[in-house]
Amino acid sequence: MTTISTPTPTRPWLPSTKDKLRDLFFFLLSIVATYVIVAITPMKGKLAYFILFFLLYMSLTAGLQYFARGSAAAKDAFVSSLVAVGAVLTVMPIASIIGTVVSKGYKGLHLGILTTDMSLAAPTDPIANGGLLHAITGTLTLVVLALIMSVPIGILTALYLTEIQGSLSRPIQFLVQAMSGVPSIVAGLFILSAVLYPITKGYSGLMGALALTILMIPTVARTSQEVLKLIPDDLREAGVALGGTQWRTVAMIVLPAARSGLITAVILGIARIAGETAPLLLLTGGGDTVNPNAFNGSIGSLPYYIWKSFNAGSPEAITRAWAGLLVLMIIVLVLFTLARLLGTRKVAR
Amino acid sequence: MTTSAPVRVVPAPRELTTQPRFSDKVFRTVVTIGGLSSLLILGLIAIFLAYRGYEVLRQEGFKFLTSSDWSISVDDAGNVVDSTFGLAAMLVGTILCSIVAVAIALPISVFSALFLNFYAPGWLKKILIAVIDMMAAFPSILFGIWGFLVLMPSVEYWAKLLNNYFGFLPFLKLEPYVVTRSPFVAGVVLAIMIIPIVTSVAREIFSQAPLDRIQAAYALGATRWAMIKAVVIPHGKSGVIGGAMLGLGRAMGETVAVYSVLNIVFQVNWQVLLGAGGNVASLIILKFGEASPYEIKALMAAGLVLFLLTLVVNAIADLIVRGTGKSGR
Amino acid sequence: MNESHESENKKMETTTPSSLADVANAKVQKAPGTRAMGTGLETRGIHAWFGKNHVLSDVNLDFAAGTVTALIGPSGCGKSTFIRTINRMHEFIPGAAMAGEVLLDGKDVYAPGTDVTKIRLQIGMVFQKPNPFPSMTIGENVLSGLKLSQQKVSNKDELLEECLVRAGLWNEVKDRLGAHGGSLSGGQQQRLCIARALAVRPQVLLMDEPCSALDPGSTLRIEETIRELSDTMTIIIVTHNMQQAARVSDYTGFFLSEGGPGQMIEAAPTSEIFSRPRDTRTENYVTGRFG
Repeated sequence: MTTISTPTPTRPWLPSTKDKLRDLFFFLLSIVATYVIVAITPMKGKLAYFILFFLLYMSLTAGLQYFARGSAAAKDAFVSSLVAVGAVLTVMPIASIIGTVVSKGYKGLHLGILTTDMSLAAPTDPIANGGLLHAITGTLTLVVLALIMSVPIGILTALYLTEIQGSLSRPIQFLVQAMSGVPSIVAGLFILSAVLYPITKGYSGLMGALALTILMIPTVARTSQEVLKLIPDDLREAGVALGGTQWRTVAMIVLPAARSGLITAVILGIARIAGETAPLLLLTGGGDTVNPNAFNGSIGSLPYYIWKSFNAGSPEAITRAWAGLLVLMIIVLVLFTLARLLGTRKVAR
Repeated sequence: MTTSAPVRVVPAPRELTTQPRFSDKVFRTVVTIGGLSSLLILGLIAIFLAYRGYEVLRQEGFKFLTSSDWSISVDDAGNVVDSTFGLAAMLVGTILCSIVAVAIALPISVFSALFLNFYAPGWLKKILIAVIDMMAAFPSILFGIWGFLVLMPSVEYWAKLLNNYFGFLPFLKLEPYVVTRSPFVAGVVLAIMIIPIVTSVAREIFSQAPLDRIQAAYALGATRWAMIKAVVIPHGKSGVIGGAMLGLGRAMGETVAVYSVLNIVFQVNWQVLLGAGGNVASLIILKFGEASPYEIKALMAAGLVLFLLTLVVNAIADLIVRGTGKSGR
Repeated sequence: MNESHESENKKMETTTPSSLADVANAKVQKAPGTRAMGTGLETRGIHAWFGKNHVLSDVNLDFAAGTVTALIGPSGCGKSTFIRTINRMHEFIPGAAMAGEVLLDGKDVYAPGTDVTKIRLQIGMVFQKPNPFPSMTIGENVLSGLKLSQQKVSNKDELLEECLVRAGLWNEVKDRLGAHGGSLSGGQQQRLCIARALAVRPQVLLMDEPCSALDPGSTLRIEETIRELSDTMTIIIVTHNMQQAARVSDYTGFFLSEGGPGQMIEAAPTSEIFSRPRDTRTENYVTGRFG
């Protein structure tokens, strides 16, 4: 046997340093040209910069490809720029939203924000008066109530679709999908017409939670279904073959195996409803004091607080709204990150 | 062994019966009831809204959908003296806003889905997918207030530009010249809200484009774009349309984001850039605060119309998306 | 996929080497380079990696113009990877890397600044599984390569007929060129894919187990097609079927992976490989003692 010295692996198809430098040069050239054109022509504004830069960069790269390799390559280069613009346009709003909320919201934060409510503060009061206590406890109450009602129903629906797979599977799958499209305001009106007017005749946290339940069920059901589908069938068969009933197999094998995925489903459901506004405007009354009774009397919530402050219109109120948005956004971000972390290991080993 | 004339007896198939145990019967019943809850809830929504709105629907008849007057006068005792309820302006506005939203969101979503699947390097793809999914989970009130305070001035400027250069197109006319809080502004905000949804659907469907055909296209000397045009687009076309319909359904039912940026006027307006629009969901929020019990009934009827509208749009979207998943092409 | 390979290999055990040599000798022998079709294809020190995994080591093979070369060897020995490095399809696999040179008419296809789409037009490929474009008709499928690379031809109908005739499919489809590609049988679809590859007039045609998904009748039909095509182009065919290698090829290369990366053990005229292989490992393989 002769020993062959192994050469180093290369990837000749990746852009070379020369290619990268050329692209960078075109990029800088486009920026400079954009500034020059904006300066010497009447075209002005961010939009002009954006469009000009895109057009210049695109025509430079496409033009180069046209002369080097022909029209097919030029089209390819053109589309490459176009899809990149699509991605930028998709991500730009979120950057703007996060940036604005953070930069405007932090001004509304103060030490007492988590310990005081708005019962003694007017919209035009200085920021240091009043806080979010009623809104945060209210949102917490609503979410917990909605959780208690929607999680069992959502997971049962998912179990029906994956474990029983009866003749109704297709229609139910369809209905769950349809339910996820129910506008939140319609859910609010429904609870208003079916529960609040005929039965309780007054605002309460329960009413809001009922509407949120309707909105949360499809999210929990669909995500749980995805997770339960990932549980391999041989696990189920093993359970039944060992003499377990289907009930025991599901309860002791399938559900525990899917545990972290199901938690992800629940977290995504919470993220879906935590900032839901429209039905709360109809059903909860949005009080300014902490209301520990979820079943009676108007109750505050973060979205309601934000909405109320935003519509009050005074500069202080607007700042309060931004601060509320910041808190709400942080809650959603934390929930979402949590779901992501758990979601990466959907099926426990 | 004796050999007799071979008579082939085909045995009757045995019936395989499983007698589920009691606990399983209970389990299956409970799960089935849980599964049927969606049917129950959707049914109840339709029944209750129809029941509450019945009086108004009967009084207004078909005019409820075709007229655009919305007025009610009440005497001092609280009795209704006179009332007309018409949803036409709101329906037109709802459709207009959501069409603008889809028209803007669809190309951007398709481009960014293509970017994610076929252009972005792995690390960037991972980050972008997480960001876009997170954006889909952002509450609508966030989009509404951001849209009103940050985005609206820019969009109104774009609207003026559009009118300047493309004002000859009938739907970009502007008479009178009022651009604030127009359906176009609402449409842009809605577009930003539905882009993550449509992008996710499109990305999912593009990623299912068959690898063997992608390779065949490349092996025939296709550039990346030529490959996408020949393989990915034909494969994903109908699925992407379904995704756009999902976005349309979401845009139609959106409340607070639209209410924040739209000027609601009870007059049918087809001019996208004109600052006078409508939206069924926003109408409900607008009128709910001061509504008399009779007007509430009209709002219930409006809710019923919105519910049925979104149900139909979502149903079509679902059929299309699932249809593509099935046939695998 | 693997199962079919195994069953094919099992079949081989019943075949004696001498009969394979007879098969190899029975066809008209061709001397390399008898026609002016360019100087052919050469590979110099080809290595391939998937991530950290070294799958192919130091392959040096020359393919003379106008010949058919079969690459044989057990599964996982790097044959497919090797031909995919030739037309640069290797680079689509995430984490892939390579080393070495592929010279087409003396020019390295991996040289910086090379237009990879042009390379793939010159080096066509037929895949294991027939993969016509379902959204196109039969006629459009044949001409799809021109459309994909934006080439214009004046005589589309003639080209269409010529390619289908050369792929041996013309008589079967001439009355239904407007039908969809998916309406053909598996064997017909594969010949459609060959016709599609021919339409861009490649110098070299790579075939990656083109018959492994087909029935014996279709396989024979495609083998005839390969023999006919070899008059005008260089063909490299990967196959698990040694009968097939003996029937269609002028030269045969034997690949083997002994735990490490796949290597080319031996390459020689096909009749020699099957009658008097120089390497015992080749002999063991072609006589069916392993693999």
